Amino acid sequence: MADMKTAAYICKGCGIGERVDTAQMAKVATKEGKMHLVREHDFLCSAAGVQTISDDIEKEGVTHAVIAACSRRAKTEAFNFTNIALSRANIREGVIWAQPDTEEARETTQEMADDYLRMGCGELKKMKLPAGVAETGHTKRLLVVGGGVSGLTAALEASRTGYQVVLVEKSAKLGGWSAEMYKRMPFREPYAEPQDTGMAELIKEVSDDPNIKVITNAVIGRTDGAPGRFKVDINVESGPSVSEEVGAIIQATGFTTYDIGKLPELGGGKSPNVIDQAGLERMASEAAAKGLAMRRPSDGGEIKCVVFVQCAGQRDETGKHLSYCSGFCCGASIKQAMYFKDANPGVDTAVIYDDLRVPGNGEDFYRSAQSKGVTFTKGKVTAVEAKGEVCEVKFRDLILDEDATIAAADLVVLATGQVPNSGVNIDIPAEEVEKMEVKPISILNLTYRQGKDMPQLAHGFTDSHFICFPYETRRTGIYSAGPVRRPMDMAQATEDATGATLKAIQAMENAALGRAAHPRSGDLSYPIVQLDGCTQCKRCTVECPFGAIDEDEKTYPVFNESRCRRCGTCMGACPVRVISFENYSCDTVGAQIKAVDVPDEFSEKPRILVLACENDAYPAIDMAGMQKNCYSAFVRVIPVRCLGSVNAIWITDALSAGFDGIMMLGCKHGDDYQCHFVKGSELASVRMSKIDDTLKQLSLETERVISHEVAITDMGRVPQLINDYAAKINEIGMSPLKGFA
Amino acid sequence: MGDMNTQMLDKYRNNFLHEVEEKVDDGHWVKMCMQCGVCAGSCTFGPDWEHTPQKIFMMIRAGKREEVLTSHSMWLCTSCYNCMVRCPRELPITHIMHGLASYAHRLGLAPKNQPTRDFSLIFWDNCTKTGRVNELRMTISVYFREGILSGIKKMWTLRNIGRGLFFAKRLNPMELFVSHGCKDKDGLRRALKKADEIEARRRGYAVQPRGYS
Ligand code: SF4
Ligand code: SF4
Ligand code: SF4
Ligand code: SF4
Repeated sequence: MADMKTAAYICKGCGIGERVDTAQMAKVATKEGKMHLVREHDFLCSAAGVQTISDDIEKEGVTHAVIAACSRRAKTEAFNFTNIALSRANIREGVIWAQPDTEEARETTQEMADDYLRMGCGELKKMKLPAGVAETGHTKRLLVVGGGVSGLTAALEASRTGYQVVLVEKSAKLGGWSAEMYKRMPFREPYAEPQDTGMAELIKEVSDDPNIKVITNAVIGRTDGAPGRFKVDINVESGPSVSEEVGAIIQATGFTTYDIGKLPELGGGKSPNVIDQAGLERMASEAAAKGLAMRRPSDGGEIKCVVFVQCAGQRDETGKHLSYCSGFCCGASIKQAMYFKDANPGVDTAVIYDDLRVPGNGEDFYRSAQSKGVTFTKGKVTAVEAKGEVCEVKFRDLILDEDATIAAADLVVLATGQVPNSGVNIDIPAEEVEKMEVKPISILNLTYRQGKDMPQLAHGFTDSHFICFPYETRRTGIYSAGPVRRPMDMAQATEDATGATLKAIQAMENAALGRAAHPRSGDLSYPIVQLDGCTQCKRCTVECPFGAIDEDEKTYPVFNESRCRRCGTCMGACPVRVISFENYSCDTVGAQIKAVDVPDEFSEKPRILVLACENDAYPAIDMAGMQKNCYSAFVRVIPVRCLGSVNAIWITDALSAGFDGIMMLGCKHGDDYQCHFVKGSELASVRMSKIDDTLKQLSLETERVISHEVAITDMGRVPQLINDYAAKINEIGMSPLKGFA
Repeated sequence: MGDMNTQMLDKYRNNFLHEVEEKVDDGHWVKMCMQCGVCAGSCTFGPDWEHTPQKIFMMIRAGKREEVLTSHSMWLCTSCYNCMVRCPRELPITHIMHGLASYAHRLGLAPKNQPTRDFSLIFWDNCTKTGRVNELRMTISVYFREGILSGIKKMWTLRNIGRGLFFAKRLNPMELFVSHGCKDKDGLRRALKKADEIEARRRGYAVQPRGYS
């Protein structure tokens, strides 16, 4: 690479100059690192220091620089050189703050600093300045699927922010369940009375908005493309199908109520006087429209006693019904009991609950209902039986611990839950779908090789990075919002839709600039594949957590850069190592591993490689340093984009370079994963389980490679893990592979 | 008194909660209980009660009139106020306990020979007579309420305390014969009568002379 001009900048500020010999480091950079230009500076992040670097870029033509100073997570604004390839050697948090300031520690501290600089120089020479994705889509229209409160809110929020929207609704009219409701739970002070749903205004506002194109009676026939350039075919019930180009998609397809016909023991389907909450809303709206009181469905008789049965077919432990709590239905029953009490305080209203769950400010609402005289009884309903025009409700009183009966309820309202409208479960194999009586219907009809819809989480709810980034899904540029993601009420759905809209807007803007979306938002690098080396093993295609890779006719991988999140999982998966990023590759990390100066086996100085996830583990290690939680001076830490990006070659490289142990630190995986790339750390752990065989073949102890789940808050635990492992290595002894490299 | 019970039964039929709301001091708070059980866990008498405050409130809501009003439970409340300061719903539990007890007594449903109730009656009687509590007479009435023999036995057990009080000039045997009174006995009686009338009006009772003799 003829036009590469490298430079190393060594900072002496923040105590670095006192703790390590920077002149010695400069020598390392020149002699071993072969840097064209090496400078020491007293205070590199100062205006003068930054100017020095800028001048070198301009006048000396520096294209690649390593900054040996603080962590790559610090001073990012000062060292924001976007026109050169940049590597940061972590001398402050990673060395002087993480090592004791003692005479005995001086030598090992210096070794650490020298190594980090060597590693920086090594990495630098393998890096390129990312050029950005050439093929970007510039469409900044948003597609919203679903016209309920979530979808309408999303459309309106996008329009208000200045974006065009296409809103597709399956039914003939907008509004969804919310539009059928008589009133909604209060969402502002004093949280005491049911409030107007505001749906009529919302629907009108959306319909009148010139930025929003509403298509009703329509479904999505096909979705192709990537963020910034989705091509969507919309099938309209009567009429020609429409094609739209959009930049991002929000799926707000809501829920279906759990069928009360499945609850015959609670009278579901047995009597017209047993209804669900949605049924009651309809009754209330109709009665209010006529200005009349609600009447008993069976015969139009007067309603004197209403019983609300909470958790009907929910929180079920038998496996027959929904196992989860929908979270909104306690509040809904409270509201509905008020419909009766407000109209006529003489009506008896009893809510039979197991736990009354009223999150947020619902507690005030609950109290308000109590003061209106709604009776709340902790109990479990065992049977609802129709007796003529009334129902007999049998329940176990859980406070008095006895069986009790309400003999004549005119109306029984079952609080059933929300079942998400998620589309097809792409994890069910095709053979099994074949056998199904009712074929699942896709919502998005994606052309992705991974399947027609987004992946599903527990209980069939649509994908969401539940713990850390609730709006994020594994399909870049496609977001889920509202009860399709998790059960919720109107207020929560409104908030959810607003959040998802902002995410979608970011995705469209990033896509137009050829940059990555969350969590590497703004990243210009993307995976580049050398197809001539590819063996069509399909590992990258299958393992990409984000469905970014399709296949061509010859089963070669086809990367869709705009769908890619730059996690590097594909790079970690590729057995022939033909996938790389310009600034992050098998070579950039390999070069760092090889740059470390490994002392011989008699030195009593083992070397431990730590591959740390840059999202959680690396910050935790940094913070350990900031808190002066010292750890072994024998470790050399390399940040990786995700443990999923760890290629087995790095392990082999490190072991043959004479490293005595390798620690992999990544995010929590499993059902409650915290991995920013969802599947990365899980895939890494699967791959690592296979490493043991390799170790055995090399006659190495399996403890030479270990992994831990580390959270960003683990700054106290991480030094302990490192030290324990260093002690373990001390116990099993130095690697027998030293000196063969 | 039995008449009043029948009257109330008629009036409220099976809506005991409503009856409590209207007739019992602070009874309108009962519906606000959220059954968290904090009071039950806080009550100093918790383990000895037939029904904890939490259960009493639930029973009221479940319409268990007879069971609640004839219960010993609320008579056992020592007014420690532990429950009341802890109740997250801020129910004046202690006051409700007393209100229930007093209502049960008024209806003639309170358990017979309930010591707290007996003591309360003797106390009231004693202090409203002269406007001052005559401790000697009151003690004797309390000791002898179960008969002469048990009265003598109790006095015998406490004889040393009595002697001590006498020598410390805290007990004057002459009080047995001449009771000190407050300055305006008539005024006091009038005030109590007025209070009775007000209560009766508020709760809708027939004013019945309580005999402040
Ligand atoms: S919100 Fe209430 S009624 Fe609904 S499932 Fe949860 S506990 Fe049951
Ligand atoms: S695995 Fe990660 S880096 Fe590779 S294509 Fe998929 S999203 Fe992009
Ligand atoms: S503490 Fe208060 S709210 Fe809780 S059970 Fe007792 S009275 Fe009810
Ligand atoms: S005030 Fe009465 S009911 Fe309350 S804790 Fe004390 S004794 Fe129990």
